[in-house]
Amino acid sequence: MATLTDVIDRPTSQSGLWSWITTVDHKRIGVLYGVTAFIFLLLGGIEAGIIRLQLSVPDSTLVSADTFNQMFTMHGTTMIFLVIMPLSASFFNFVIPLAIGARDVAFPRLNAFSYWVFLFGGLLLNASFLTNQAPDAGWFSYANLTEKPFSANQGLDYWALGLQVLGVSSLAAAFNFIVTIVNMRAPGMSLMRMPLFVWMTLVTSILLVLAFPVITVGLIELTFDRNFGTNFFVPEGGGDPILWQHLFWVFGHPEVYILILPAMGIVSEVLPTFSRKPLFGYPVVVFSGVVIGIMGWAVWSHHMFTVGLGPVAVTVFMITTMLIAVPTGVKIFNWIGTLWGGQVDLKTAMLFALGFVALFIVGGLSGVSHAVAPSDNQQQDTYYIVAHIHYVLFGGALFGIFAGVYYWFPKLTGKLFHEGLGKLHFWLYFIGMNVTFFPMHYLGLNGMPRRIYTYASEFGWDGLNMLASLGYLVLFVGTLIFIVNVLISLRKEPDAGHDPWDAPGLEWSIASPPPSYNFAKIPEVEGLDHYWIVKRRAAAEGRPVTEPEAYVDPSTIHMPDPSYWPLVTAIGVLILAGGMLFDTGWDYIRFPIPFIGGIICFIGIIAWANEPPAKEHAGGDHHAEGGHGMEHHPATATAAVMERPAGAGAGAVTVRLLCSNCGNQLSSSFRFCPYCGGAVESPAEPDHQEG
Amino acid sequence: MAHHTEISHHAPEEEHPTTTGINNRKLLMWVFLSSDCLFFGSLIATYMVYRGQSLVGPYPVDIIDVPITTISTFVLLCSSFAMVRALAATNEDRQGAIIFWLLTTAVLGAIFIGFQVYEFNLFKTEGLRIDTNLFGTTFFTLTGFHGAHVTLGIVWLLGLAWVAKRGRLGPKTALDVELAGLYWHFVDIVWIVIFTLLYLIGGFDTGPAGDPSLVPHSITGFLGLI
Repeated sequence: MATLTDVIDRPTSQSGLWSWITTVDHKRIGVLYGVTAFIFLLLGGIEAGIIRLQLSVPDSTLVSADTFNQMFTMHGTTMIFLVIMPLSASFFNFVIPLAIGARDVAFPRLNAFSYWVFLFGGLLLNASFLTNQAPDAGWFSYANLTEKPFSANQGLDYWALGLQVLGVSSLAAAFNFIVTIVNMRAPGMSLMRMPLFVWMTLVTSILLVLAFPVITVGLIELTFDRNFGTNFFVPEGGGDPILWQHLFWVFGHPEVYILILPAMGIVSEVLPTFSRKPLFGYPVVVFSGVVIGIMGWAVWSHHMFTVGLGPVAVTVFMITTMLIAVPTGVKIFNWIGTLWGGQVDLKTAMLFALGFVALFIVGGLSGVSHAVAPSDNQQQDTYYIVAHIHYVLFGGALFGIFAGVYYWFPKLTGKLFHEGLGKLHFWLYFIGMNVTFFPMHYLGLNGMPRRIYTYASEFGWDGLNMLASLGYLVLFVGTLIFIVNVLISLRKEPDAGHDPWDAPGLEWSIASPPPSYNFAKIPEVEGLDHYWIVKRRAAAEGRPVTEPEAYVDPSTIHMPDPSYWPLVTAIGVLILAGGMLFDTGWDYIRFPIPFIGGIICFIGIIAWANEPPAKEHAGGDHHAEGGHGMEHHPATATAAVMERPAGAGAGAVTVRLLCSNCGNQLSSSFRFCPYCGGAVESPAEPDHQEG
Repeated sequence: MAHHTEISHHAPEEEHPTTTGINNRKLLMWVFLSSDCLFFGSLIATYMVYRGQSLVGPYPVDIIDVPITTISTFVLLCSSFAMVRALAATNEDRQGAIIFWLLTTAVLGAIFIGFQVYEFNLFKTEGLRIDTNLFGTTFFTLTGFHGAHVTLGIVWLLGLAWVAKRGRLGPKTALDVELAGLYWHFVDIVWIVIFTLLYLIGGFDTGPAGDPSLVPHSITGFLGLI
């Protein structure tokens, strides 16, 4: 197959469509993830709009019950699998290598593969609309509603196969980020010096790796039931529909933390930056995040309190669910502690982060209220649950993600968002979110079940439903404002500089937008909040940092080359999965199309394996394979260009900042000690160290 | 591409330093295997949940043939030994031995798959299909996915043998063999769990009514085949 990679030249374009299709650059893949997921956000938003329009008045006949079922199913599935997860993945891609001081992820081509598989999975799922058989069994598709007799069309097959494909994408990405974070950190970046977002990405990736196989098995069993006549969830054959619920929620509850932990990580970056203080109690926040990741495995049956698991199981899961509120609460207090005594700068990113904390508290409290099984019996399948999930996923995850968008956009583009429009976006979202979802608490407690397509006026739900629908309009306008803001900001001249927020992360020490190689010289990390340490020391020495790391000729640094094969393999995966929808009904070759997909996959993988990560350069100077362009080689010809003040590394001068009250050593300069609240001494005299 | 570059890009030369000192690809394989553990764990859990829940026969006791599967299990375990020898030969740069042991591993794996195909066909003729009862449903799904893993491993080993034939495996590229080995041993270990649960423990399960008309069938089937 080496012949194949000989015949087909490596893609070389640096700009234009092909450069994006063949890219393996983590920053570009991050952009692809972000833009694609945002388009799916608009799609999911339109589905939500149809739901709200239908429910705004009683006895509405705008859409049929069938259409309504399709809308809420696709809305939930889209928002979870095609919006929040890939938006988080977008940040993983763009931020993680920059934040740990690496030149790319560990497996750049695998990363491209993840993106393409995600895109195709999303398209496969939504292709169901084209054949007018969108899935309609809710986003968790409870058996036996999903069995052939009750869902005769192929909607659930689209759903199951689409999620399988998306699972491949998520797993590949999670493998990649675990290896990247564990293995690709810059020298000096020990685990407890990793930024919180990196930590949360690691925990999220581990959850993905362990949770997705469970839903994979569940989906396989569902597909087999529907297509091969097995009896996994068919009571007539002895099967038990409850098994689906267990499989789904053993995956589904860790999935909840997969959705929220990245947002928590983003917020833990944004709050310290705009409070001009290190994160309060960093080790405790890390520990809480890890504990949430572990305990997330012990709470799944709280989704099933009304199933009839028996008092012992219900009590156990009730207690574990209440316990998991503890590390979450610890995080909230740490975020508030970060704000306390800080110089709070209410930029848009900060507003979204604060909105996250506020709304997540509301969602967390309603969550605790249905951790209590007796109370949950009243709330199960009502709008109270709908309110809760939207407070944690919209007010929580999405607000955290928008905080990240406003925070890292200048790094990505070199341009600042329009602050006025940004703040307008925030307030429209904050108000619209509460107007839409807060009334749902009352609707739910007044007995309005979720997933009903209409209701009679006598129930007295009219007013609040209309209010919720009006709130949707506010959110709609807010989204338009955001789009306008992006378009306006992109047309501007670059005005952000490399470090607009005076931020602590490594990513702010390089130019905006970052050069293709990220770091010309791999930084030596001196501590948590490394860039603050560097900047404060330089300022104390009277030569403040004003410039990013100097630009070097990218051709002097080995980077992985673009490749066709991730895309080819992903197309194979699409045909493999999508082909399952075409059942010929013949013996032995009921499903011929997946074989074609399998062959394409096979060719793609073989060619991929035979293709070196980077093209050979003249002179036999190989840095291929394994290193993937990430090698910490002393970048040729870069050292001379390096003129960063107080360049990290040899001969460094360290300044010790000590709290005058408790004597704790502090990693950057601020007015109050985060440990005891005491005033901070002015910098002690420089402590010269010999290189 | 010229021959010398082929060699070089397959040789990681001295590994680039990683934070932990573990090679990236090896770490990736371990993380993948941890994920695969949960995959088989879920399938095995499904089998255990539905053990003894079949409403109609054939039940395991009617159809499971422990002796014959013991033989195929032994063959699969031997293949792990061959895999170890293949890696050792790679590290010692004995080119002929690399190919021999890789092919031996693949052939032993193929024999195991042959036993499985025979077993599946036998069950089919004896009236157990994937849609017959919960035993058939869970048995074929679990062992089928394991068989798919073994088949994938065989393809991988044959690919490696082909690479070895071109003289491109050696101490510097031993990781390529080691990764295949990790996968292969993992699939073997999974089979030990499956064999224990589905054959040694669950293989004698009777139906809810203990239908006496169905005679336990064991090595007789195998002898009949001979």
